[in-house]
Order: sequence, then C-alpha cells, then structure tokens
Amino acid sequence: MQPIRILIAKPGLDGHDRGAKVVVRALRDAGFEVIYTGLKQSVEQIVAAAVQEDPDIVGLSILSGAHVPFCRKLLPALAEAGLAEVPVVVGGNIPHADIPALLELGVKKVLPFGSNLDEMPDELREVVA
Amino acid sequence: MSDDKKKARRPKPPLREVVLESGIRPKPIYGPEDLAGRDWAEDIGHPGEYPFTRGIHGEMYRRRPFTMRQYAGFGTPSETNERFHWLIENGQNGLNVAFDLPTQLGFDSDHPMAEGEVGRVGMAIDTLADFEEAFREIPMDRISVSLTINSMAPVMIAMVAALVEKRGFDVERMPGNAQNDILKEFVGRGTWIYPVEDSVRLVGDTIEWCAANMPRYNPVSVCGYHIRESGANPQQEMAFAFEIARAYIDHVMERGLSADDVASRLSFNFDIYGNIFEQVAKFRAGRRLWARMMKNDYGCTNPRSMWMRMIAGGGGGGLTIEQPENNIVRGAYYALISALSGTQTMALCSYDEAYTIPSERAAQISLRTMQMLVEEMGLADTVDPLAGSYYVESLTNELEALIIGEMQQVRDAGGVVEGIATGRVQNQVSQQAYQTELAIQRGEVKKVGVNCYRTEEEQHDVEMHPYRREAQDEQIARLGKVRAERDDAAVQAALLRLAEDAGARRNVMPALIEAVKAYATVGEMAGVFREVYGEFREPEVV
Repeated sequence: MQPIRILIAKPGLDGHDRGAKVVVRALRDAGFEVIYTGLKQSVEQIVAAAVQEDPDIVGLSILSGAHVPFCRKLLPALAEAGLAEVPVVVGGNIPHADIPALLELGVKKVLPFGSNLDEMPDELREVVA
Repeated sequence: MSDDKKKARRPKPPLREVVLESGIRPKPIYGPEDLAGRDWAEDIGHPGEYPFTRGIHGEMYRRRPFTMRQYAGFGTPSETNERFHWLIENGQNGLNVAFDLPTQLGFDSDHPMAEGEVGRVGMAIDTLADFEEAFREIPMDRISVSLTINSMAPVMIAMVAALVEKRGFDVERMPGNAQNDILKEFVGRGTWIYPVEDSVRLVGDTIEWCAANMPRYNPVSVCGYHIRESGANPQQEMAFAFEIARAYIDHVMERGLSADDVASRLSFNFDIYGNIFEQVAKFRAGRRLWARMMKNDYGCTNPRSMWMRMIAGGGGGGLTIEQPENNIVRGAYYALISALSGTQTMALCSYDEAYTIPSERAAQISLRTMQMLVEEMGLADTVDPLAGSYYVESLTNELEALIIGEMQQVRDAGGVVEGIATGRVQNQVSQQAYQTELAIQRGEVKKVGVNCYRTEEEQHDVEMHPYRREAQDEQIARLGKVRAERDDAAVQAALLRLAEDAGARRNVMPALIEAVKAYATVGEMAGVFREVYGEFREPEVV
C-alpha cells in the first residue's frame, strides 16, 4: 500500500506552529509522507504547493481565528487549480460553533485542539478512502 | 478474623512514582541533609543582595506590589484606547500592548496578506497617527507601556520616540519596554521577517539607540515564555532565554557598549504552568545563575545588570479547551506561583485564552485574581516566603544544574544564533512538544478534565471576544486618509535615507524616527527592510 501523502500548511500570518509540528511528527511516525510548508502561506502558495506535491490530503493549521475567511478563499482556489477532489482537513483552535460553517465550505474534516494523535492516522485514512 | 485485623495486615500502598517535567524525581521527604555543603550567604543570601536568589529588591512587594499588566489590544486604535482606559480605571498599573498580525509582520492594513486579520489578535497600527490615537490621554510617562512587538520593534520604538517629542515627555526618564526579542520568534510565535543575522542587528540598533537617547527605556525583554509555550521544558526555557540574552549582549558589545550598558536594561518574560514548586525553583535558580553569569562571565559591576528582572504570569499552554472554567482556577495558581517567585510584573492568562484573545469579563477576572493575592492572601507581605524550605532550596539547586547543562549543550552544538538559523533549536523544542503531547494523550502526564476527570457532554465553547469585521474597513479608510494628507516628498526622502542606512548597516533608528514622523506606513518601512535584508527562509522540521 502506498503511504498517504499529506501537505500540512500554516496559512496566513499566524505563527503558532507547535500543533502543526506535533502533527507532522505524529503522522511521519505513523508512516505518512508529510510535506510541511512552514509559516505564512498565502492561498496562492498553498495552491502552488498542492499542485507541485500532488498530496492525497491538504491539512491546514490555523490558530488566529481566521479559519472561516481563509477557507472561503482557499477551497475555490484549489478547485480552480483542478484539485477539487483533494480533501481539505483543518486543525487548530477551532470553536465547535464554527465547525458546521467549515464543513459547509467543503472542508472534509475538522481536527481541533486535543484531537487524539494515536487516532489521527486512521481518521485521515478514512478521509481518503 | 475481625475486619480490623485484616486491615492491619494489608501492606502499605507503594510510593507513587513522581517525575517532574524537568526530569527531577522528588523524594517524599526533604530535610537539612539535602542542603548539606551549601553556604547560605553565598548561595541564597538576602533579597536585594547578590546573588539575588531571593529576589532583586530588598523589601520587594512591601514597598511596591508587582505591576499588573494584562495583555490587551484589538480592533482599531480607538477601540484599544478605550480598553486601556478601562483597564487603568480597574486598577491596572501598566499596559501590555497587543498588535494585530499584519502590524507585527510589517503589512499595512490594506495589504492582501492582511485580509481577515486586521484588528483580530491585537490592534492595527499603520502610521504614527494610529499610535497617537491608541495612547490618547494615557500618561505614558507614568504608566509604563510594554509593546509586544518583535521584528517591527524598531519601528514602534521610533513611534514612542516621536510621541515623547510631540507630547513633551522627559526623554531621560521615559519608562516602558518593547519585547523586541527576535531570536525567540524563530523558535516560537513566528513573527520573524528578515534573516537571523540582520534581525539581531536591528535589535542591536534599538539597544544602542536607547542607551544613548532614552536611557530609562528597556529595549528588550528576552522571552523564555514563547519557547516554553512551543514545547520546551523548564530548564530549556531558562537556558535558551539566557543564551539568547547573552547573544544580544555579545552583539552590542562588539559595537563598543559595555556589558553593564546592555544588561542593566535587559528584562525577561517567562512562562508559568505546571508544578508549583518546580516553577518557583526555576525562577530562584534562574536569578542566581543570571547574577553569577553577569558578574563572573561579563564582569558587570552594576547590580542592576545582575538582576533577572521579569514579567511572569500564567501561560496559555497550561490551559485547556476542556472544562474552560477550570482555567480560572489554574490561572489563580499560576498567579500564586508568580508572586511566590518574586516577579516584577504579572500578566495572567485569561480563562478563554485557549480559544481567543481575552473577553472583557475574562480580563477582569484575571486582574481581580492578582489583586486578591495582594489584598487578601498576604502574598505581598514577606519576601520569598519559600526560602529555607528544604524541598524548594533543593529543587533550586537541581534546576540550576539542569539549566547550566542545557546551556552548555547549546554552546557545544555551535551556539544559539547558529542553532536557530539552522533550525536545530526549533527541532529540539518541537520534539519535546511531541513527547509532551503523547505523554498527555496516553495518560502518563495528567491533565484534569482532559485525560482524567472528564465530564461527558461538555459545553466546550466559552463566551468569546467578538471579531468586528468592520474594524478592517475603518482602519483601511483611516490609512487612506493619512496617506492622502501627508507630505509625500518628506516620506520618500525619509524612506530613501532609511534604505541607505540599512544598506550600509548603519544604525537605522534616526532614519526610522524621521520616517515615522513623516507618517510613513508600517508596510513602507518594513518594505525597505525586506528589500535590503531579504526574508528568512524556514529550515525544515526533522
């Protein structure tokens, strides 16, 4: 079985990357191929990285509170680049009240703070299944 | 056989194994034998006397309680000004200013990267006009203002200098400080812009300029806080902060300043969460170690240079999304630790901090928590009340040794500046964060409400500080007005001079002050630096 390729991106200006880096390590330990973009990625940069890296999943880590406006821009841009089928997963400090809005925008799964690292690989495998 | 006899024969429960975050394994009982061979006068001494283990001032809070300085700022400068006045009316005696991310990263509010972020996690500042509005009728010469700003610190310090002039404050006595610790931004928090070397040079410019022109201003607050928030354990927090502080001192000494010139105006910002005694010992050990390093390694003679002055309050990293009201109690314990540790300034995390910037209600609870310690609980009565505790003194000794060991490792690997430029330090911290997260998730490290004592059907979300979208439009309109009304020729001339000074690696502060006074925008000034210095490229996570 091919390992799952996941692009993990830190969109926008928020610099809190503790969670993103923990997830990078956890998924690598679980056998995923992880490409981490680093901080301050614009919509265009994330789309370009996704086109170049051809990931099975795009993961975003957002802690500034700007998750809804950012996804509202990113999802159509990914679709426009022909990546409408690539599932987008969002993590960070996402209030429960905002989860429906993200799912409505087309986000496949929300894994907020405290998501279980041991269960995360399986949850992501389900997303691409 | 009676029940009583059965009970009597039951073996004692085994001693629970205890391992602190630092790796120290405390014993169940400590006594005088644990301090054998230690010299009270040399290692502990009196508060206000070298090596300052017990505190940097003699009578400490009996003369003046710790400054209470909640982190605040959001939306437009006018909204922030209102919150500042409200905090001062509520008894806060210092300000701790939050800037939004575009400001922190040198983007004007109408830049595409700023979209959705203007005024979100702090206030937006585009030009001096905003700065003037934010501090309208705030007596900045009496209420010290702390600016949480890093890569853009030279610009904000230039704005302070411009305000001093405009409002006629005494520049010789102007208090305040800027965070301005760029090296830790590469490890945690992430608001770096330029490559490491030029970033450090800009910090050097501010130190050099303040020493000569605004001598009471504290240009740098070295932060262990964000390094620990990024995952570091207690000894890494202290060791990395000390190595970073030494890097700034070394840099400025190359320009001909003395160690005393620099160290006497350095302060620290540390993190508090976790074990009460380990945290108190961390600060006591840190104070002793810093004093000894400044005296012995740097030959400082001014006692102020040996003071590990600090702001220390609760860290958001200890708070939980689960059962958010529990965070009010955690915050109170963190404040207790902070007071027991002899902090100069306290800024307490608010219970909603795991979600958002503090709501007014959450900020008020934090402020009242600190006030209770002073007014009701007796924390401002006697200096370093845990001194002489066999346990706390032993932990202090052990923590000191661990911090020294960690510092040595950083040096052996090539030093902190190189370690940050290559990502080695960042990787060390994120590896520690990963291990901690796994330990919590697997129940090896307990977190109440998270991996034990969970309540089903929890109400997760708390009342949140609302984000006002219109703030962005208002701020952009304000910026447009300033751009239209200013003298463009003066702005262009100032920016040209700034580019020349930056390019020649001359101190940029005089040119920055000129540009600020001409109402150049934050984005224009940062744009000059981006052009001259280029941008940092993040090393890979390994």
